[in-house]
Amino acid sequence: MLTDALIAGLTLGGMYALLAMGLTLQYGVARIMNLSYGELLVSGAFAAHWLFTVAGIAPLAALLLVVPAAFALSWLIYRVLLTPLVRRAPNREALEVDTILATFGLLFVVQGVLLVMFGGAYYSYSFFAVPVHLPGATVAANRLLALGFAVVVGALLYLGLTRTRLGTAIRAVAVDPVAAQLVAIDVRVAAAFAFALGGGLVACGGVLVSMFLTFNANLGVVFTMKALIVVIMGGVGNLLGALIAGLILGLTETFVATWIDPGLTLAATYAIFLVTLLVRPQGLFGIGRR
Amino acid sequence: MSSALLAVSGLSRRFGGLLAVDDVGLTVEAGQIVGLLGPNGSGKTTVLNLISGALAPDSGSVMLDGTPITGLAPHRIARRGVARTFQIVRVLRSMTCHENVLAGTAFGALGSWGPAARRSADDLLARLGLAGRAATPASALTYIDQKRLELARALALAPRLLLLDEWLAGLNPTELTTGIELVRSLRDEGLSILMVEHVMDAIRSLCDRCTVMNVGRVIADGPPDVVLADPEVVRAYLGSDDA
Amino acid sequence: MTPRRLIVSAAAVVAVGLLACVPLVFGGYGLSLAINLMSYTVLATAWALFSGPTRYVSLATVAFFGIGAYTVAVFGEVFAWPVVLVIALAIGVVLALIVGLSTLRLSGVYFVIFTFGLAELVRQLVTWYEVNVTRTLGRYVFIDVTTAQIYWQLLALAVLVFIAGILIRRSRLGLALRVIGDDETVARHVGIDTTRAKVTLFALSAAFITVTGAVMAPRWTYIDPAIAFNATVSFQVLIMALLGGAHRLYGPVLGVVPLALLFEVLTANFPNHFSILVGAAFMLVVYAVPRGVAGLIEEGRGSLRGPRRGLST
Repeated sequence: MLTDALIAGLTLGGMYALLAMGLTLQYGVARIMNLSYGELLVSGAFAAHWLFTVAGIAPLAALLLVVPAAFALSWLIYRVLLTPLVRRAPNREALEVDTILATFGLLFVVQGVLLVMFGGAYYSYSFFAVPVHLPGATVAANRLLALGFAVVVGALLYLGLTRTRLGTAIRAVAVDPVAAQLVAIDVRVAAAFAFALGGGLVACGGVLVSMFLTFNANLGVVFTMKALIVVIMGGVGNLLGALIAGLILGLTETFVATWIDPGLTLAATYAIFLVTLLVRPQGLFGIGRR
Repeated sequence: MSSALLAVSGLSRRFGGLLAVDDVGLTVEAGQIVGLLGPNGSGKTTVLNLISGALAPDSGSVMLDGTPITGLAPHRIARRGVARTFQIVRVLRSMTCHENVLAGTAFGALGSWGPAARRSADDLLARLGLAGRAATPASALTYIDQKRLELARALALAPRLLLLDEWLAGLNPTELTTGIELVRSLRDEGLSILMVEHVMDAIRSLCDRCTVMNVGRVIADGPPDVVLADPEVVRAYLGSDDA
Repeated sequence: MTPRRLIVSAAAVVAVGLLACVPLVFGGYGLSLAINLMSYTVLATAWALFSGPTRYVSLATVAFFGIGAYTVAVFGEVFAWPVVLVIALAIGVVLALIVGLSTLRLSGVYFVIFTFGLAELVRQLVTWYEVNVTRTLGRYVFIDVTTAQIYWQLLALAVLVFIAGILIRRSRLGLALRVIGDDETVARHVGIDTTRAKVTLFALSAAFITVTGAVMAPRWTYIDPAIAFNATVSFQVLIMALLGGAHRLYGPVLGVVPLALLFEVLTANFPNHFSILVGAAFMLVVYAVPRGVAGLIEEGRGSLRGPRRGLST
């Protein structure tokens, strides 16, 4: 039972870490507080479901369609919807308020579209649901597969950001947009790219999640909430922090669901958030600002 | 030492790997103007932030008139009589000049409210040369007038210690003369002032003492003429772009 | 100044008097529409009481509204009506204090995030409690109260929320909130206990919202957590306040009237596309009228009379 919970918790935590990485790109680099983040995850999940059940395309192949589409869509959202707000904002606080409001509206639009298309029912499909026997536990193969993919994608992202020119530019914008501009980085392009990349990641998370969780059109808010908490807990802009915080959240939730009550997982999430706020609001690995 | 209005000792603050303020000690006697000098990035503003409570120090102590104020919240420090201006001027842009000053009167050491507070706000505006601008939005003021407004707001707190962060920077020669006169008149009324400043004329004519910092540490302390002639101080300034 | 204030006060008294007569003239659909308008007036104005001057966007309106409604569902038949209202108010204020004390000493983002999921958290907790402890998911609300009485109670709340708004605006607390909205660093350095000011106002705003939920509860007759904590309510209140202009006390009402009527039409004609249409309308407001109708009115006046004070940057 412990091993079961541990593996389930790690899988979930890996997903959260992946989601948080995408969100920290959007918030830390593009400075967009995106409340409609989770809606893209749910959209990705529905897309995978549709592709699998209707077109017979396996979820892992679906990634090749869904992720680029989400990347392009997010790029478009940034260009069309968010750039005007970036232009009109006199300072960072004002931009934050504006983007919170705009993406809150977007949340309801996307949720509404999903409800019209799929209704409020829960969806799931059976893909690669063969049991895998590990010492002390039996796990569905799809879970392990999802976790493996999350690890690969996360590692690629980490390497991309730390080892490539573009990645360095993106990190520079996160630290100081003005200084980044001085060293000839096109901040607007870097921000749009980071936002789009975040969108691609969350849609990827959606496809992976759909392989082993049931989902419905209303689930976006909860995922956004959890991603936000993981980002705060790990320290905004800190990928390694997001990974560790994601695992902590995933494990805590699974333990609470296993030994206390599944109805209290969100309460557990909030409890962790509350502790973070009270003890270390700058995040586990955040440093105080001057 | 115990007679000093402000006594800072052993003050340190780290940002990540950078030790921005390293074991800094300085004092301001009652009724004195003390200059806090040093090249850019030497930690002067951070020291002001540590005194005003904008930042909490990692170690060290700040005593105001014999009582510790180390690490208190800024509003508590403000109410105990420490007012400040900011390096990059901060006025309340959506509010009128009158309301800007009223914000100081209402919550400072006096905490007065009502007709008397409004009168004293108008008096302060007049004193800073902003008479007749009471109803003007702060955002409509010129840069210099915003600096004046900011000082009026600080004075409205009825402080014992005033922290000026490059308040005289960017003034033209005429304005500078008026500004120096104003600061001097504040001292003559009994106010103690700690000022971060680069304008040498102002330092020489105003400061009773100077404390010089470089890379987070105090490197000299004494009367302006002596301190400015100190070889290490000269080296610190010439060694940077800021000489 | 004084004669003008006298005229405004007299007009306000007459307006309240006329509004009080509404149940005597209209019945049925008319009255139910009036109740709708009045409850949104209280909610949007109470929301703007805190979020307007401070610019801390609260997304948790329905968490408090739902708590008010649920309190009535649980205690409505146990205690006398005023006692029930006081219990609702107390729970709302305690929750507001928990949220406020843990987030409002930090920057605004933490507050937004916390309020974003709060309604969902409360909904899940109530569901969990009802399923595991009381074993009654879903409750009937049988309260002996007429529709007209509900309307009058809401009108009283509206009058109270406006009086509170006026008193705050003239008080030191009101000035403190405006300073916080402009520059929180300056606020702290002029001696304002920013956390206390924000928490106080948030609790007051939450109190009004919770009591409105309680007063509205008998309109439903059946309540379950999904009904009581419907996120659309938070959303509608937000869009109304923003359209009207959250930086003015009279602003939200200007948004409530057109939008409550629009939502009425939309729910009747496009029930399945409601969320999409409201979301689109919301984005339109954010992009096209960022300072609300009140902001437009000020600009209009400003261009006639020369520069005037604006409240938004």
